[in-house]
Amino acid sequence: MNKLLELKDVSFTYQTMTDEITAIENLTFSCDDGQFVSIIGPSGCGKTTILSLIAGLLQPTSGSISFEGKKLTGRNESLGYMLQKDQLFPWRTIEKNVLLPLEIKGKNTPENRKYALNLLEKYGLKDFIKNYPDQLSGGMRQRAALIRTLVSEPKLLLLDEPFSALDYQTRLSVCDDVYNIIKEEKKTTVLVTHDISEAISMSDIILVLTARPSKVKSVHKPQIKGDSPLRRRENPEFGSWFEKIWRELN
Amino acid sequence: MKKNNDFSPRHALYLKKVKTENAIVWILRFAILILGLLLWEILAITGIIDSFITSCPSKIITTIGTLITENNLFYHMGVTLYETLLGFFIAVFAGYAIALVLWWSERCRRVLEPYIVVLNSLPKIALGPVIIVWCGSGSKAIIFMAVLIGIIVAIITMLNGFLATDPNKILLLRSMGANKFQILTKLVMPGSLPTFISMLKISVGMAWIGSIMGEYLVSRAGLGYLIVYGGQVFKLDLVMAATVVLCILATLMYAAVALLEKVVINYKK
Ligand SMILES: Nc1ncnc2c1ncn2[C@@H]1O[C@H](COP(=O)(O)OP(=O)(O)O)[C@@H](O)[C@H]1O
Ligand SMILES: [Mg+2]
Repeated sequence: MNKLLELKDVSFTYQTMTDEITAIENLTFSCDDGQFVSIIGPSGCGKTTILSLIAGLLQPTSGSISFEGKKLTGRNESLGYMLQKDQLFPWRTIEKNVLLPLEIKGKNTPENRKYALNLLEKYGLKDFIKNYPDQLSGGMRQRAALIRTLVSEPKLLLLDEPFSALDYQTRLSVCDDVYNIIKEEKKTTVLVTHDISEAISMSDIILVLTARPSKVKSVHKPQIKGDSPLRRRENPEFGSWFEKIWRELN
Repeated sequence: MKKNNDFSPRHALYLKKVKTENAIVWILRFAILILGLLLWEILAITGIIDSFITSCPSKIITTIGTLITENNLFYHMGVTLYETLLGFFIAVFAGYAIALVLWWSERCRRVLEPYIVVLNSLPKIALGPVIIVWCGSGSKAIIFMAVLIGIIVAIITMLNGFLATDPNKILLLRSMGANKFQILTKLVMPGSLPTFISMLKISVGMAWIGSIMGEYLVSRAGLGYLIVYGGQVFKLDLVMAATVVLCILATLMYAAVALLEKVVINYKK
């Protein structure tokens, strides 16, 4: 299999008037097409920075990032970014929110709109397209946010602690929901989180980062049996993986 | 939305309680107004207060009547309204435009910041004589005053609204490949609509301050002129009558903005 994404010895330093903050130091990892990779580390260790680098919104201070075998120089065109909270625009209807990436990219064609509407229908939001985000539950909003990242048919999804703003119950079901949609659409995903259970239940590969400056501390492939994150949480292996990673983080 | 008759009896009871409470509040509001006016009138009639210097409601009403029939009240209202509205619109549009420029260019913002701070703290009325020299003693000077008083607050309010845009939403748009213009039109401007409405509300007040202040300084017509003139010739009935008309106009203008808010911001729960 070919590597979709490859980071080699990537470092990144923020410059401020009072300080030079090295957020990431010699980070190396890669991910194959179709994989689900989680990056887990203490908060403030540089996880969001890594995603910004992969998205091409920041340029590495040293090292290189390649995407589909080509070195990344500018913004990465073929990815969908999902952030903390759904970040739906409250003044736009669900439909208009979902079409936003198409508008930005100047690809708001009838064809693409149809694709977006199909996604909304497929994932049960058809009846809500004319509603405003405030009128939807947290779970449905998150689903709308995911569909928004899917409409431009990205090759890679970046998820930055997408469930952290939800309460525990919602979080479990939204996590399942998002996972199923991602698998259904066969998207390669990099998830950033500080929630160990979330990482274990969703990922093929888990990278554990050290505190700042972040390096890869260890790589795990839990590969727990079970066809959804919720099922995997019920698997007996889950507990031992949790303990192992928990120890590494503390 | 549920229809009224879908609600449980308990909910109906709750609704009734809320409605009764609202009715009481409205009744009390009117009661204060009417009692106040009555008291004023009685005190004046019985001579406890001197209606020559305090005027009284009945005289205010007759004065408004004679103002309409003999002194062209509508002309004076028109003059003041024209100055206020023009000052309002110029301050709002120019203020918005300048705030946009300041949002767009951080350098521009930093360079101009001290000037805005100074202009903001300066009492604009101090510039009255200068304005008269520049614009003459007509409507132009008054509109200039209204703009001057309104525009700084408009700029500062709007700029703060633009700058309060959620950085995560900007990051999201940038990840989609949005350029700065798209960030402005798709996010910053629509997102700051509630701030724009607040800015309009503040500007209504500022425009009235500006136009009346301007009329105090220089004018031969307008409600401010009537008030100053009434004071000078000791006709308190005239002062009060013009003030009442002013109150009504200012409230109507504020209500128009509040109505606009309901129409424009329809996405909130
Ligand atoms: N724009 C910035 N300027 C300076 N320092 C920053 C900036 N953004 C983030 N940092 C610092 O870099 C470190 C990593 O940030 P981040 O990637 O957001 O961490 P995480 O997502 O893991 O919580 C933090 O210590 C943060 O203070
Ligand atoms: Mg973060």
